[in-house]
Amino acid sequence: MYSQGLIGADGRSTESAEFLARFQARIDAEDKIEPNDAMPEGYRRTLIRQIGQHAHSEIVGMLPEGNWITRAPSLRRKAALLAKVQDEGGHGLYLYAAAETLGVSREEMTEELLSGKAKYSSIFNYPTLSWADMGIIGWLVDGAAIMNQIPLCRCSYGPYARAMIRVCKEESFHQRQGYELCMALAFGTPDQKAMVQDALNRWWWPSLMMFGPHDADSQHSDQSMAWKIKRFTNDELRQKFIDATVPQAEYLGLTLPDPDLKWNDAKGGYDHGPIDWSEFWRVVKGQGPMARDRIKARKKAWEDGAWVREAALAHAAKRAARKIAAE
Amino acid sequence: MVWQALLELADDHLVLGHRLSEWCGHAPMLEEDLALPNMALDLIGTARTLYARAGEIEGAGRDEDALAYLRGERDYRNCLLVERPNEDFAHTMLRQLYFAALMKPYWEAAMGSSDPVVQGVAGKAVKEMAYHIRHAGEWVIRLGDGTEESAARMRDAVAALAIYVDEMFDDSPAALAAAGVLPRRADLRGAFDATIAAVFSGAMLDQPAAPYAQRGGRDGLHSEGLGHMLAVMQSLHRQHPGAVW
Repeated sequence: MYSQGLIGADGRSTESAEFLARFQARIDAEDKIEPNDAMPEGYRRTLIRQIGQHAHSEIVGMLPEGNWITRAPSLRRKAALLAKVQDEGGHGLYLYAAAETLGVSREEMTEELLSGKAKYSSIFNYPTLSWADMGIIGWLVDGAAIMNQIPLCRCSYGPYARAMIRVCKEESFHQRQGYELCMALAFGTPDQKAMVQDALNRWWWPSLMMFGPHDADSQHSDQSMAWKIKRFTNDELRQKFIDATVPQAEYLGLTLPDPDLKWNDAKGGYDHGPIDWSEFWRVVKGQGPMARDRIKARKKAWEDGAWVREAALAHAAKRAARKIAAE
Repeated sequence: MVWQALLELADDHLVLGHRLSEWCGHAPMLEEDLALPNMALDLIGTARTLYARAGEIEGAGRDEDALAYLRGERDYRNCLLVERPNEDFAHTMLRQLYFAALMKPYWEAAMGSSDPVVQGVAGKAVKEMAYHIRHAGEWVIRLGDGTEESAARMRDAVAALAIYVDEMFDDSPAALAAAGVLPRRADLRGAFDATIAAVFSGAMLDQPAAPYAQRGGRDGLHSEGLGHMLAVMQSLHRQHPGAVW
């Protein structure tokens, strides 16, 4: 699902001015950069970091939704949620594959995630406390992800752009599915409606934070924009998201938890209240209510599964040895 | 009664699908985080069609969710194998292999069912069971013939699940009454044994003689674990009687 504004990439490059200018000319001509092409080290580093954060977000993102698979209230919803979480894992898999084309292995990236060195989307450090969270995550979190990711389909790095085309198709399906889940609750019993309003109250601000810091505070945007890794600024995307979401909430008869939210005729969009950036940075740095538990769950799966991975390698080695012996 | 036989079959698929779904996000590798939910989806999909058909034939107005969410453990009729806890990856893969090794020939035979819904399910399920056998069978071989630890875990799984195999081939009175609609499980032991023998030989595993056969699932006499599984599965649905999701 869900990348967010890139956190902390070092885009500096030491190549010659001539090399950088040649590279920039290709970017400006909308050439796709492919794995074997020459590229500035800063470009490679920025992409590895961004694709890595994105892949990790997909993998960690399986946990908050996985939390409700065993309790889904109907078999239809259970199947849909399983399929969705499976899609997210699939996104993780092809994003890791896209990152591998830049010379980093999945194992290295996994180790960085488990050691806490690599970041993932802050949204997954919030807990899923009710079934309605499954709808709200689809509607808002996947919705925010789509705003971020549609432009990535035109990213200058070919493997990432191509991976994003499929990811976006699936995310867009997830978003509609999430909204449809919210509809069932909003138009259901009073208890169901209260459940979805409560979920909206909890997820609205964290969803807005998914777009990353305000443009004025975003250190890496300029270089990423010049290299066409990124096509719109954090604030532009956030605004598009709010403008699209407000009427959807109105249709459901739900209230967005922002008293300052109002239409601004002059700008042709909604104004919103201040975002609590101290909370954002706390959560990004691993102080979210679930941060420790998420990484602990990933570590446990990885460590508990070590003997399985070792056995697969050992068996493959035995087979290869037998094949050689037989020849 | 045909609908009760369909219910037994649906319970097998839902309970095993649910157990597999418990792995989601916690598997030993990303590929298995995709494969396990995929197999769970196959099983839950089959369960849904079977519940719906059972409810239709019963004619008491129970739909798939009423049958899945509003019966307690004494009313569940699945065989005991499918409710065994995941334990570790070796147990999970062996449980899957056993189930698929029976259900592949079962659905092959059911393709000639006199019930069009069962026929339809069978056509789809045959293909799914073939790849479940391949997937689980390859893992049983890798683990059985992998490291010392994996071989020991695989042997533990074989020993632990041995007592649940015979019950899979019992035909309840309801199943026998559904002759023509559903195949007899007792006829399928030979096909099952051949599949298992081929995998076990590749996995360097011996087939142990089970010390005894544990039965009871088809009479609603389960292990304690099923009640906990259903408590989790049914909690939200039961908190909101009559709600539409």
